[in-house]
Amino acid sequence: MRTVALGYLAVLLLVPVGLVFWRTFQHGIAPVWSSITTPAAIHAFWLTVEVAAIAVPLNAIFGVVAALAIVRGRFAGKPLLDALIDLPFAVSPVVIGLSLVLVFGRTGWLAHLPFQVIFSVPGIVLATIFVSLPFVAREVVPVLREIGDEQEQAALTLGASGWQTFWRITLPSIRWGLVYGVVLATARAIGEFGAVSVVSGRIAGQTETLTLLVQRRFENFDLAGAYAASALLAIIALATLLAMTVIRRRPA
Amino acid sequence: MSARALPLPFRRPRERRAGALGLGVTTLWLSLIVLLPLAAVVARSFDGGISAFWTAVTAPEAVAALRFTLLASLAVAALNAVMGTLVAWVLVRDDFRGRRIVDAFIDLPFALPTIVAGITLLALYGPNSPVGINVAFTQLGVAMALAFVTLPFVIRSVQPVLREADREMEEAAASLGASPFQVARHVVIPTIAPAVISGAALAFARAVGEFGSVVLISGNIPFHTQVSSVYVFKLIESDDPIGAAATSVVLLVLSLAVLIGLRVLERRRAR
Repeated sequence: MRTVALGYLAVLLLVPVGLVFWRTFQHGIAPVWSSITTPAAIHAFWLTVEVAAIAVPLNAIFGVVAALAIVRGRFAGKPLLDALIDLPFAVSPVVIGLSLVLVFGRTGWLAHLPFQVIFSVPGIVLATIFVSLPFVAREVVPVLREIGDEQEQAALTLGASGWQTFWRITLPSIRWGLVYGVVLATARAIGEFGAVSVVSGRIAGQTETLTLLVQRRFENFDLAGAYAASALLAIIALATLLAMTVIRRRPA
Repeated sequence: MSARALPLPFRRPRERRAGALGLGVTTLWLSLIVLLPLAAVVARSFDGGISAFWTAVTAPEAVAALRFTLLASLAVAALNAVMGTLVAWVLVRDDFRGRRIVDAFIDLPFALPTIVAGITLLALYGPNSPVGINVAFTQLGVAMALAFVTLPFVIRSVQPVLREADREMEEAAASLGASPFQVARHVVIPTIAPAVISGAALAFARAVGEFGSVVLISGNIPFHTQVSSVYVFKLIESDDPIGAAATSVVLLVLSLAVLIGLRVLERRRAR
């Protein structure tokens, strides 16, 4: 049974990923370096970082506020809100991209904003916020449920303000759930392809993120270039895995 | 003493205000980012009336893409239900060197960008395959990509159940003379079945909408390897927003039905 299980993992997961690294570095590190430091690649890298740097903090704040509302709030329709937050997980990335085009595009509901959204950076940011929206809330909700609200009540009874209670009691207790959610959201924000592909217009050097660069190079038969950019993204993914493992195994 | 038990007038006004503010911010953010755009998809799909919607959804190419998407997603969900359970079992009950490393790698498909997943599979099973297997532009290739991206769902949903499961029940059954097959059939499988089903359902919902890992490997051949999400992408590119929106509504309804079904099942079990 062990052989079958490990064989399945090897054939589907480990060998292909290992091969991409081997293919990338088989001629040494110099060609890889020059391929990920072309102007288009550097622009794609910083655009990806910029988009994640906007989307992830916004979703972290939203995630904590939403989790507090779901766990501590008392209002009708709580199960509905709880379910709606998961919605981005259920929607195909292409449909997410299309939905933004239909709101902000040339013929969309909000077509006449003073700035361009579709085929531009704001569209990429919106798509990224959409796809990475549930992660932080999903990780913080169970932690909040588990810790209960006795300590918060005690702080409030002793005269702490709502803010003081949040900063000194609530936030420290949920910090690992929050960090875990932020790690997952960051990985998704950096790696998002489908939704970004629809809204970005894929203009090299302008609206091209790292994942879009990988696709363009692959379709232009620049295999080495595609592998180099893929390896860079795979290294980010491995760093994500490492962070996830460290957080999960941290002593309680 | 829990605040939950206190009637509303006894809670401090400031706390109530903060709660209302939080709920307002959550609802507003969710509406702007998620609900408004999805409403636009549904509204635009009916821009040409019911008949235009129906024509778009029943176009032969759309039907073929949807049929293939559903069949491939079902097959992959079933495959990962079996293989995922097996992997979870080995990771929880077996002990071997490197088990913790393998365990950490299970989440790789979640962390790896989908386009990289596609390139990764093509590197080994593509036109320049070092092992002489080429699944590029085949239905098998699409299924492999879907199996890759949905691999963690069943494993991660079964693992905690197996870890918590009462091994004494299995040992008792075995000592009372049950064969290993009988133990599996009557003790283990009933315990983990709900987790397997919910993991497989999540895998199915994910596979139905998957785009990035499939787009390179499928070659996008209509009536053969074209899946619905790539078909929608093609309609967007050829400036047919109504057709794209109509097909998207079908995909939306499908994955929503699966997720709502899951929630209903979980509620019923919790009772």
